[in-house]
This record gives sequence, C-alpha cells and structure tokens, in this order.
Amino acid sequence: MAIDYTEKIPNNVDLASNKTLQRALEHWQPEFLHWWGDMGPEGTSQADVYLRTAISVEPKGWAHFDYVKMPDYRWGIFLTPAEAGRKVNFGAHKGEPAWQEVPGEYRSNLRRLIVTQGDTEPASVEQQRHLGATCPSLYDLRNLFQVNVEEGRHLWAMVYLLHAYFGRDGREEAEALLQRRSGDADNPRILGAFNEKTPDWLSFFMFTFFTDRDGKYQLCSLAESGFDPLARTCRFMLTEEAHHMFVGESGIGRVVQRSCEAMVQQKTDEPAKIRALGVIDLPTVQRYLNFHFSVTMDLFGADVSSNAATFYSTGLKGRFDETKINDDHLLAGAVYPVLEIRDGRLVTSEAPALNALNEKLRDDYIRDAAAGVERWNKVIEKSGVPFRLTVPHKAFNRKIGPLAAARIDPDGNVVSAAEWAANVDRWLPSAADRAFVASLMGRVADPGRFANWIAPPARGINNQPLEFEYVRFN
Amino acid sequence: MSDPTFPAIEVLRQHLIDPEICIRCNTCEETCPVGAVTHDSRNYVVDAAKCNFCNDCISPCPTGAIDNWRQVNKATPYTLAEQLTWDSLPAQGELDAGAATEMPTDVVRITTVATAGQGGDAFPPWSAAHPYLNLYSIAKPAIATVSGNFRLTADGASSDIRHILLDFGGAAFPVLEGQTIGILPPGLDPNGKPHHLRLYSVASPRDGERPRYNNLSLTVKRVTEDHDDRPIAGVASNYLCDLRKGDEVKVVGPYGATFLMPNHPGSSLLMVCTGTGSAPMRAMTERRRRRMALKEGGTLMLFFGARSEGELPYFGPLLKLPKDFIDINFAFSRVPGEPKQYVQDRIRARAADVARLLDDKDCYIYICGLKGMEQGVDEAFRDACRGAGQDWDALLPELRAQGRYHVETY
Repeated sequence: MAIDYTEKIPNNVDLASNKTLQRALEHWQPEFLHWWGDMGPEGTSQADVYLRTAISVEPKGWAHFDYVKMPDYRWGIFLTPAEAGRKVNFGAHKGEPAWQEVPGEYRSNLRRLIVTQGDTEPASVEQQRHLGATCPSLYDLRNLFQVNVEEGRHLWAMVYLLHAYFGRDGREEAEALLQRRSGDADNPRILGAFNEKTPDWLSFFMFTFFTDRDGKYQLCSLAESGFDPLARTCRFMLTEEAHHMFVGESGIGRVVQRSCEAMVQQKTDEPAKIRALGVIDLPTVQRYLNFHFSVTMDLFGADVSSNAATFYSTGLKGRFDETKINDDHLLAGAVYPVLEIRDGRLVTSEAPALNALNEKLRDDYIRDAAAGVERWNKVIEKSGVPFRLTVPHKAFNRKIGPLAAARIDPDGNVVSAAEWAANVDRWLPSAADRAFVASLMGRVADPGRFANWIAPPARGINNQPLEFEYVRFN
Repeated sequence: MSDPTFPAIEVLRQHLIDPEICIRCNTCEETCPVGAVTHDSRNYVVDAAKCNFCNDCISPCPTGAIDNWRQVNKATPYTLAEQLTWDSLPAQGELDAGAATEMPTDVVRITTVATAGQGGDAFPPWSAAHPYLNLYSIAKPAIATVSGNFRLTADGASSDIRHILLDFGGAAFPVLEGQTIGILPPGLDPNGKPHHLRLYSVASPRDGERPRYNNLSLTVKRVTEDHDDRPIAGVASNYLCDLRKGDEVKVVGPYGATFLMPNHPGSSLLMVCTGTGSAPMRAMTERRRRRMALKEGGTLMLFFGARSEGELPYFGPLLKLPKDFIDINFAFSRVPGEPKQYVQDRIRARAADVARLLDDKDCYIYICGLKGMEQGVDEAFRDACRGAGQDWDALLPELRAQGRYHVETY
C-alpha cells in the first residue's frame, strides 16, 4: 500500500481513519521536532541533504532520493504488509493466531520491550550530533545524516505502537522518550552503550557496525513476536538497519584500506611511523574494535535471565530466525551452554535454554559480527599486509552480569588486577589513542575529497559519482 | 559492405552479487519474490534459472553489491556452485562468436546510403570499444518496454522531437555510443507486408541512459512531411512518438561497427549535427561527462544546427554543460529578425580552432544529420584548412584511413 505523503504524518496504517490516534500523534509530532532541533545533528538545519525516503513499503518504492533539509524530512509510520493467517510461532501460545491487540497480562512486558528498543533510537542521534563538524567527506556526512534521520524514524515506529496500543501509559512513555538524554547524570538513556560518547568517526563506524548490529538482532527477535503490529514494524525497520551496518562496515573497511596503503607505500608496520603518516595504525583499530564489541556484548542482557524465559514463553520475543530453527519452539527441556566464573576460572555450564535466550542471541550476533571482521581481513590480506583483526572473547571487558566480577583478557583468560592494569592499554583504547584519533579528525567538505585517513568508497550513493554534492550548505 | 562475423548465441544479462562489497545482510534474500537468492556461510548468490529481473532487490540493498550484471552465454550462465566460491566478481569477458548470421538487407541498404558521405565503410577509431552486432534478428527481436517518452522541442515548435527511453529488462542489449538500433513498427504496409525496420542512433552512453540500468534512449522526430515537403506520416517515427510508458517495442540490432568514439585519454571529439542527428553526439558527450572526474583530457567541440532554440533538441541541458567541458556553437536558420545561420557558417566563424582540431591526430570527427548538410560542412572544412595552410582534400583520405572521420546522414 502506497504511503500517503499528503498526510501530516505519512503512514501506511490508515491513520486517517483513527482520529483519536492521529490527534495524539500530531500532538507528539511538534515535540519530536523540538527534540530534533535541540539534540539532532548540530548546526545543520539549513543544509540540503541527499537523503533516501520510502515512498511505499514495496521494494520498488523503497528508495526515493532527493535533497531535503532534515527538519523537513517526512518521518512516518511504515509497517510491512500483514501476512494473512499469521500465527504465534513459539512458546505457550504456539499455533494460535497472532495478536492484533495487546493481551492484557502481557501489557507491561511488551511496553517495556518497546520502550527499551525505542529509547536507543534518539540516544544514538544524541551521541552522534557533533560528528558533522569533523566529517571526512560529504559522502560520509550524508551517510551520517541518513543514519540519524532513520533512527528518528525508528523512534516514530516505537512511539506509534505506544500510542496505538498502550493508552495513556503509552503516551506518557512516548513523552519520556523525548526527555531522557544520552550521558545525562540525572535522566540518562536506559542502556549503557547509549550513554557512551561517540567522540570521533572511528568510534562512529565501530558503533554502527557493532551496536547497530545488536539492533538488528533485537529487531529480528521482535519481528518474530506474536504481537503482529510489533513484528511488522520491526520487519520494516530491518531494511533500514542494514544500511546502518553498511555505513559501519564500509567505513572501517575504508579506514583499514587506507592504512594498509600507507603501510605498503612506506614499507613499515611500526605504529609510530604509521601514525606520522596521518593514518590510523591497525593495532589502534583493533583496540577500538575490542571496546565496541565488548560494550555491545553487555547490550544482550544477562546470560541467564528469567525475563528472557518469560518473553519467549509468552510469545513476545522469539529467537533469531525462529521459524527456520528445527525444534519444538517450546524449549521445555532444552539446555544451552553459558559461561560463568568458578574458582577464578572461566567455565562453561549448561543452563536451561529458556533462560539462556539472551546468550543464544549473543552467540548468533557474534557469528555475524565475526563474519564482517573477516571481510575487513580480506581487505588487509589483499594489500599484502600480514595483520589480522580478531574478535575478542565474549567475556572480555564485561560490565554487566556474572562475568563483570572478573577480569578477562581478549583471549578469554582470567587475569589478576595487576596483569589487567599492565596490559589494558594494549587491549582497549587509551587516552593517548583517543587523543591521536581525535587529532586526525578535521572537516572535509569539498565534493569528491576524502580525509587522509580513509579511502574513498567503491561507489557513490544511488549511482551518483563520488564527487556528487551529497550535502549542500546554504 | 564488408561482412563481419556476427554471434549467433543468445546473450543473457546475468544478475550477480559482488562478494567484495556485499555485507551479507540478507535483505536481498528476504526481498526476492521468487526465491532466486540463497546463501551459504560464505556468499550470497543469485540463481539465473529463477531470477526474473524484477529488480525488487536493487533498492533495498545497502551496498549496491547486487546491482551487478555480466553478459554471458545464455546456455552457460555462472552456476550457484561457482558463485559460492567467489571472492570477487569475474570481469566481463568477451563472448565467443558463434556461426555468422546474415545482416538484414534493410540495414545494409540504409547503411550504404548513410555512410556514402564518408566514402563508404570506414575504420573505427583505434581505441574504440568492441561493438556487439546483430544480437537480435527480425525473426527473434528483443522486446523493450517504453519507460519514458518526453517532448524535447518547445510547445508550438514546428517539429515534435521526442526523447524516448527503452528498457530491456533482462535481455542483454549492449550498445556503444554511435551505434544504431532497428525498430520494427507493428502492422503491415500498403502491400500487406510487415513494415521495414527503421534505424535510430542511440542517444545514451554505453552504461545506459540511467547509469547501470539496462536502458537506452532515442531522439525521434515525428515525420509529417517528406523530403519534398509533401505531407506524409512517417510510419516508425509516428509509432515511436505516440508510444506510452509500458508499451512494448520490437528492437533489432545493434548495428554499426565504425561510427564509434575513441576511448584513449587525450582524444578529442569534433561533432557536427543537425536536429535528431544530435543523438550520437549526446551519447558521446554524456559518456565523457560521466567520466569528467577521471580527467582523461581531450576537448569536445560541437556545431549544432536547428531552426531555432525551441526546435533544437536538448537545448536546455546543453546550456548546463560547463564551458570548459564542451565548446558549443549553435546555428539557427529560422529565427525571425536574425540572418540564417547554418553549421557551416559557424564552422567558418571558428575556422582557426576547427583547423587545429582537424590537424590533431587525436581528434575524431563526427557528422550526423540531414544529407543536405554534407556539402556545406565539407566546404567549410576546406575553407578552415585553407586558412591554416592545410589541404583538406589531402587531409580527408588520411582522416578516413585513421578512423577519424565518420558520417551518418539521411
């Protein structure tokens, strides 16, 4: 069904036929725009950005590119078309028709899931709002803004569900989503990773590669939900999420390509010499990788969790690719390996699979992230440089859950406080590392030019050339 | 006319995913309505047997990895097993030519007349790309879908010239700038026979009217008078000008192995055209424009004649091209209150620059338009040469021998 852009709020949920809901959302809309003006990308309200919007949810209408000022971007509500006869595919209600309304006893759990997901969207915009000042190219600046407006749209997606299905509680939560602030001492965002700073573009690319990928896995789990509107909302968000991961994957790929180029040209692998060339040495890239990977590990929640069991059994949140898994979709007697610290050592034990669903999702994620890291390694290999990036052990640098009690190195060994202190600057970005990366960040805003520390991409956006004016400053 | 070898194989435009830029996000597999995309732990791949070229997967793909095509022999596309082993896409290969097939006699007849001005067959530029010829015959034409039909001349202009976009979907129809395609108008002529084909030069560069799309454009003038100004309705031109989006058109060809552009850096183009003869010039100019950032050098000079601005196809877009990219000289013959100007007048006005280009061994000359312009242009070149102390009559055979002089008039 085509999206009606003549409406104040573009949508394919026939908003016009529900006047109460339409009014409520039109009341929230100016508050959203106010939030965007305060916390959106800094100093950009007048810039014309070559952005993609969806004209319809069908593939042919999915990508319409044009210049738009971001405050004028037509944020809207898009769900994938309903699948006739869809069932709840897992848990106690397996086989029943999927719900089109919220079952009363699951209200607060569902609301919590939606609010937690929704909170991450404006959070990342807040974290990234200063990056425009140090963009490495107009192409990258556009990509940053595309990610930002889409996170704004994802917020809309969650707020629609809150308004449509959760009454006054939903409206209050929707307001609160605009009041929390990333990194704020008094009113921070809900999840730890979203209160961290994103100080430079290397962090931004790592964030969109690793942390947006957690987003992908959470959305995939929610897209399995027995609550059909949630499933359909998340399904559509996944196509936008794919682009965010592309920004991160290609961003790091291009950084690594440029660094290898410089290393081969100058015939050196000494970080100090490489840094002197104004590019980022690979060990620094590895440390940033370690940091963002470990911070994202914590986003999946406790590895043994009764909440996870409840969400699954009640049919609210499924496993990744639930319908493709060949089992009973009940997990009653099943077990799943989880890690714990016993006698100062990291050991694997078996936990009930229902309780270990967060861990399973974490493991699915790790496979996907590791495959991406291998693609970076192909770039390095092609250049002839004998270095390989690695994914650290999932227990490394954890701050949440039982693994936080110990110190574990990137290889998965428990180490003493002294060993940790002696080595942490090899494993995680030091203040000096961050200062060095910050020193490279400078604004490059001429069409076709790219900062020295990052290679140009293989192709432009929407088949435009690299020197296309992706952002026009007025 | 010489008889080149024509391939008899069917060419498939195979849809492939570039494993170097694919991020394995699964969006294409989810989007594909016919299940043509699958994957293993290494690669995502497209099954040529299932892919129906609906292109649903193109927009949602975040990297553009799936927007890749290779021309292959339809009988032997890349298998799934092969694709799963790739670390990068294979380069576009040359297709083996099969047994020769006959060029339609119509094409031979038309081409002989059109190229008479250059002294018959010429050589292509040494750096020209290799053209595909005669991939589709009258018996088995390609079916193109009209994806656009836009009027180019101003409202109220005496001529209705149109820019027509044809999309080939999954059928491979590789054309180069300067080549022509044959249109088979539907229906029967007064003798009860199917209409003869009509040839049209493509107006778009080799990577498509829209880059990386399998489409091309034509510049077609609705013929309402014959050469003696008697009213007639041109069969093919009216058919084409009346086409609507979504209509299907039978296309044969491509044809033309010599009216091609050079590709080596530093090569220049001297283009002279009138009216719809601008089509190949547009193709070549657009090819160069899309490659501007590569700074390959060479100059472009264009002499373009029409009755007035409103009658000159692509007038607006031409004005937008940077002056340092192309040197444009318009000649208007029917502007009220102004003296009549023809392309030869403008050539004479720029004699010094023209002579310099004629003398430049990296400059290639293209003339396309009405037969009537040939003689005038020839004389203008002679005058320009004389002014620079050169002998046009000695130069011309050299230009022909070097593949630097190409004429197509009608």
